[in-house]
Amino acid sequence: MISKELKAVYFIGLKDVQSYYFKPPNISWGIIFPLAMTLAFYLRNPRGMIDLIPGLLGMTILFGSTSMEAVVITFERRLGSFERLLLAPVSLEGVLAGKILGGAFFGFVVSSAMLIVSLFFFSFPRFNLFFLIPSLILSALAFSALGAFVSVAVKEVFEAQTLANLFRFPMIFLSGVFIPIESLPKPVQIISYLLPLTYSVELLRNSLLSSHTSIPFWISLLILIAFSSFFYLASVRVLKKRLGWGYA
Amino acid sequence: MEDQAAIRVDGLTKYFGNLPAVDHIRFDVRAGEIFGFLGPNGAGKTTTIRMLCGLLKPSDGKAHVAGFDIQKEIVEVKGRIGVVPEISNLYDELTSLENLIFMCQLYGVSKGQRRKRAEALLQLFRLEGKRDALFSSLSKGMKRSLTIAAALVHEPPLIFLDEPTSGLDVVSARNLRTIIKHLHQQGTTIFLTTHNIEEANNLCHRIAIIVKGRIIVNDAPEALKRLVQGEFTVEIGVQDPDLPGLTGWIEEMDGVEEVKRNQNRFIVRFSGRPPWESFLPSLHKRGVVVTSVNTLQPTLEDAFVKITGLDKEIMMMEKEGKKG
Repeated sequence: MISKELKAVYFIGLKDVQSYYFKPPNISWGIIFPLAMTLAFYLRNPRGMIDLIPGLLGMTILFGSTSMEAVVITFERRLGSFERLLLAPVSLEGVLAGKILGGAFFGFVVSSAMLIVSLFFFSFPRFNLFFLIPSLILSALAFSALGAFVSVAVKEVFEAQTLANLFRFPMIFLSGVFIPIESLPKPVQIISYLLPLTYSVELLRNSLLSSHTSIPFWISLLILIAFSSFFYLASVRVLKKRLGWGYA
Repeated sequence: MEDQAAIRVDGLTKYFGNLPAVDHIRFDVRAGEIFGFLGPNGAGKTTTIRMLCGLLKPSDGKAHVAGFDIQKEIVEVKGRIGVVPEISNLYDELTSLENLIFMCQLYGVSKGQRRKRAEALLQLFRLEGKRDALFSSLSKGMKRSLTIAAALVHEPPLIFLDEPTSGLDVVSARNLRTIIKHLHQQGTTIFLTTHNIEEANNLCHRIAIIVKGRIIVNDAPEALKRLVQGEFTVEIGVQDPDLPGLTGWIEEMDGVEEVKRNQNRFIVRFSGRPPWESFLPSLHKRGVVVTSVNTLQPTLEDAFVKITGLDKEIMMMEKEGKKG
């Protein structure tokens, strides 16, 4: 039974990757936008670029994982095709896990591609694959779960896009991607530590630049696990309520 | 498995706010039968199906589908049923073949069987030529056929068909009815909702009629027709149907309940056996030349109209509305 459920989770994720990801609108949000930002910062300050790479990688995972994930469930519910998944012998938890898996995979692939490209240009002082891979995977899962939460929380696709941007854009400026958190005013720093991108950037900085980050690696890892679980469970709960399956 | 009834419903209820969409319904569907679920729009047909398939949580009552409790064992239920919703809802971005293979994957069909099963279904539904066409590019009838094929990938012993021929052209609808009969011959239990009463009459072994969330009657089509056998409907052809006052004269005659004009004929419903000894001479006396008289057998539609209290014209409007 568990193996059947896991297989279904995998196939739901695979179907989403095949049908939605690597399509023009997704590529523009998931790949071109972070690349354009990277280029802009590179042209401004080529020397300090290496310090920005972990933040830009984190941003790439954020946009890659949420680009489609934040609208896919709303979109399929509108078309009625989401019902096909609900009719299959898979739990709602499994269906959502499959959806999150698809988004996380795309986020992982685009950020890995960016990382590989950056390896040709920069020599990272601490390149630890043992730390880097779980950091990328966990960040992708957390942001994809955030995307799923956005997608189940609204009724219309345009609402999902608006809500996703409401989360994404402030995160870029408050999570230490471009501006170090320490240089932000104290009250703003509190907000920074409530955002998952902060911990993703910390993990990537720890894996690529220095082991001396403001938050220890394992703490950031645990916090991202907590964010992933929270967004996943909240998505299940909200979707069950929306479908009239209880928790009313 | 609790018993061998394909579906057992006991007091199933669904409230939307304070409104009961389905109100304490009870019925059984026997394994291997084609069970028709009829009712006007908004009667509770789709809500009932959605509860039985696990898409909606009941407010009250119990139901067992394929022997499993729909509230406690819904994943087991889903693995044993095929559902064709009213709207064809496969994935626009996938081809016909990809859609069927994805359904095979979801329902746990073994890797070696997936392609074979998908190809066989494409052949059964005469869609081989469209195997590589995107779902979005298919005609309405083809989309319907593929949606039904998708419900059969795991060879379920029970299928739910919600308005399967709605919006289909005559040939596609006939082809689909042949497939339904073929599935029944193979032992599949079929739960069918339809607006097409003739279709229900031809296909179903038993029919339940639901009105305002309650099941009014549940019996074989022949038994339902007997409910209106006390009434006689006669079709009378006349030479000059536009004769002034003719409809009124017929309405005033003994035993006449209702008169309707149909081109140059009149459909006359009597409350009992028509009083021929006075009826025809009376028309003759007023100069009406009767060219033909046909006694019409009661139909399932007559029974449906009588049971639901719906006027035939409203029913026709409902049917047209569905097609649009």
